[in-house]
Amino acid sequence: MTLMEVAPRPHAEKAAALDAHNVSAWFGTHKVLERVSLEMRPNTVTALIGPSGCGKSTFLRILNRMHELVPGAKLAGTIALDGADIYRGTMPVTEIRRRIGMVFQKPNPFPAMTVADNVVAGLKLCGMKVERSHREELVETCLQRAGLWNEVRNRLDANGGALSGGQQQRLCIARSLAVRPDVLLMDEPCSALDPTSTRRIEETIADLCDTVTVVIVTHNMQQAQRVSQHCAFFLAAEDEPGYIVESGTTEKLFSNPDDERTLDYVRGRFG
Amino acid sequence: MRVVSTVRVSAADVRPLALADDVPIDIAVSRSTSDRVYRAVGYGAGASTLVLMALIGLFLVLRGADAIRYAGWGFFTETRWLPTPAGGAFGIAALLLGTFVIAVVALVFAVPIAVGTALFITEYAPRWLRKPLTSLVDLLAAVPSLIYGIWGAAILQPREVYVSRFLSDHFGWFPPFHTTSVTGSGPTNLADFSASGFLAGIVVALMILPICAAVMREVFAQAPAGEKEGALALGGTRWGVIRDVVLPFGKGGIIGGSMLGLGRALGETIAVALIVSRSTRVHDLLEVLKTGGNSIAATIARSWSEASGMATSALMAAGLVLFVVTLLVNAGAGFIVGRSRSGAATEI
Amino acid sequence: MAVIDLTTEGRRMPPHDHDYDEAIVEARRVDPDSVITHIGAALAALSLTWLVYERLTPFSGALGFVFVWWAMFAVFVYVLARQQWGAVVALNHLVRVLVGSAAAVALIPLGSIIISVTARGWHGLQLSFLSNTLRTASTQSKFSGGGAWHSIVGSLEVVGLSMLISVPLGVLTAVYLNEIGGRMATPVRMLTDAMSAIPSIVAGLFIFAVLIQSHYLQQTGFSGALALSILMLPTVTRTAEVVLRLVPGGLREASLALGSTEWRTTRNVVLPTARTGLVTAVVLGVARVIGETAPLIVTMLGSRLFNGNPFTGKQDSLPLFIWTQKVTATGDNTVTASWMWSGAFVLLALVLVLFVIARMLGNRTVGARRG
Repeated sequence: MTLMEVAPRPHAEKAAALDAHNVSAWFGTHKVLERVSLEMRPNTVTALIGPSGCGKSTFLRILNRMHELVPGAKLAGTIALDGADIYRGTMPVTEIRRRIGMVFQKPNPFPAMTVADNVVAGLKLCGMKVERSHREELVETCLQRAGLWNEVRNRLDANGGALSGGQQQRLCIARSLAVRPDVLLMDEPCSALDPTSTRRIEETIADLCDTVTVVIVTHNMQQAQRVSQHCAFFLAAEDEPGYIVESGTTEKLFSNPDDERTLDYVRGRFG
Repeated sequence: MRVVSTVRVSAADVRPLALADDVPIDIAVSRSTSDRVYRAVGYGAGASTLVLMALIGLFLVLRGADAIRYAGWGFFTETRWLPTPAGGAFGIAALLLGTFVIAVVALVFAVPIAVGTALFITEYAPRWLRKPLTSLVDLLAAVPSLIYGIWGAAILQPREVYVSRFLSDHFGWFPPFHTTSVTGSGPTNLADFSASGFLAGIVVALMILPICAAVMREVFAQAPAGEKEGALALGGTRWGVIRDVVLPFGKGGIIGGSMLGLGRALGETIAVALIVSRSTRVHDLLEVLKTGGNSIAATIARSWSEASGMATSALMAAGLVLFVVTLLVNAGAGFIVGRSRSGAATEI
Repeated sequence: MAVIDLTTEGRRMPPHDHDYDEAIVEARRVDPDSVITHIGAALAALSLTWLVYERLTPFSGALGFVFVWWAMFAVFVYVLARQQWGAVVALNHLVRVLVGSAAAVALIPLGSIIISVTARGWHGLQLSFLSNTLRTASTQSKFSGGGAWHSIVGSLEVVGLSMLISVPLGVLTAVYLNEIGGRMATPVRMLTDAMSAIPSIVAGLFIFAVLIQSHYLQQTGFSGALALSILMLPTVTRTAEVVLRLVPGGLREASLALGSTEWRTTRNVVLPTARTGLVTAVVLGVARVIGETAPLIVTMLGSRLFNGNPFTGKQDSLPLFIWTQKVTATGDNTVTASWMWSGAFVLLALVLVLFVIARMLGNRTVGARRG
């Protein structure tokens, strides 16, 4: 499969919608998510907020089938990518993960590769071929969309691990973008970074939703307000599985939520 | 006043009762062909280790069975080693005894020195000295057995015989040091002390020293810093910290490391073969300072090229005994280190 | 087993090298008073030993002198320290002397080995020794009448073949243990440890029993290579497993999240990241077997002639060369003995070079990862 066979997506075309319905999750017999349902609309940024330990990251990993890599992990419910069930359907799991990409909390560029090789690493890992002529163009496009091009344009041969933390994370974003995903999941991408890098990445996220659907887990309420159009508030009582208290537009959740617990959380009264 | 109005109609907000469809689904693990091949090859590689070890045991038994069947129980009680292509009288008793004598001598020297070296590296040496010292001690392990053998015979032996004679003359009341001359009578000359199990044991001690020291060093380094600080804060000295914290913590590692060294010492072949003169008289073997010394591996190495028929089978059987004994000792070492407080995090 | 420090985290943090808090390091500051005490003790012991050695002790010779001097030194350190600081601190000083002596005792023989082998064997580094064989040699030959060329070539071929077998198998086994896993992993790991404890002669006996006695193979270089593989395999597997474990799990996650298969993750991410460590594993494996004699005694016949083919005919190898010269030498000054020392020197030099390479590779991984 070549890169061009994956439908080229010019700007401002609709990305995919991700729909979760009644998702529950277990680690062994310990239940961590209780019937979570959420609609993640195309070309929008959906933020998952809530105190730590409520299952937000677990939910995120269910969305791209990384949850099942943990021994003893189980789940129930349905996840649909543009209507297609990703767990019961015929799409191979590698294709699912290509279409639903992920950026992790700790930046993890591949240390054995250069910056340029890191960007296109995903293609090689998916078995997609890129012609030599297109490669440079692809590297530049992805690094620009990740907001990193200007800083590394002269250092494309540098080792992937030689960049600063914020640069590494943007490199990871560029790497995820190179395989043309429909959805990009971000698990607290800025929590290990300094404020300047955080701002840079937030700017990047805003630009990204032209072409991908973004779902971001964040502890930082101000960040959620800044980058997202929709929010879902997760909560869990002690030793109980997590669930969604309320979800809706960011504006509504932060100014006039339906549930009192949401109001308490966004006002900083706990968490 | 805010009213908690009707929330979104979704079961997610309310703690639901266990509904029938909230059961885990079966996640179909669909691997691509390349992954299936990859995993199969990986399993194959892992299995090859299992198969190999099983084969080793199996074939040694097969080929050595002739000799064991021929000698019967005498194989374990007979001290002479005189196999011939057709038969002969042979038994492992003296060889096994000699093997253990050399190994014990090696441990007597190696364990205290290893403990001291490990303690020095982890507790006393300045930080810049640690890595070079560790490398040097590990270098001892890299030197081939053959070189130890020729060095032991040519360089160490001429000096060691004086020490042996001194020990025999002045400490002969201690049974292992009591030495009779080759003819069986009283005062001995220097030649009676050459090619002894004692000399072999010293050389083997040098060879097992790095293994023991490495395990002990790993273990001492894991001693809980909090407890050590506490001992120092009470006004203790470095030795106090060692005595009260490091050594008790490292007990498992010391024992395990020593047993690993024992296992290695039992199997040491070439260095011993180049030093000892291989007597099969129990009396000679127990007088460690006396010329004689023997071990299973040394006998196999020395007699192999002339052996045929039953003699070869006898050597195979001897090798089988050595293999089993070594495995047991090493398994015991792993068990002890793994079970001790210090061993749990260590790799040997 | 040599412990290699292969920290690979990309963070800018000091490496964890089993070191302790500042509070404990403080206690180790060098104390000028105790230095003076030690020097004083050494001198006092020297004079005392000098005075009484020949007369009062039953020893004789230089070795005994040094031993008595050391014993007196330890006694004096204790006595002087006790006078100044009391029994508890004195005991600490005494222990420090004993422990330091232990470390010295461990290393003195190493020095002796290197020095004596070099002194007796370094003239092996001449063309005649390195390019001749023993074809025309006899006990009446001059030194230049024989050499170890056939043995060196044999060693290279036998060890090379052994690498071809053990390295792929060992790395694959390590990949199995670390990346694939499963219920079989625990017994495999246990048996790999057991295999590394096999006496080397038993490895030779095994190949003989399985292949040579059944007449599948003759006693050739290839049989020797197989025996050495049994010894090299566990070394490569264990080192490679340690190295693979050091590859951060986040890299595997990232690769899978991009849509990769497990195989591509291992091949394109894990193995390249561990590349230096894997090379170290190979070097350590080679160093382990290059000096092995016992398995070769059993599986190879040895030869005085050159044979470049490890699959047919008798072949010699460097350890066998040294062994044969040793067992046939009749005295210290014969030509056989000098060939033996020369061969030993070449072998020791090879081993030392490999050891240094392995250490440098291990250190390079640490350096490259910092930032």
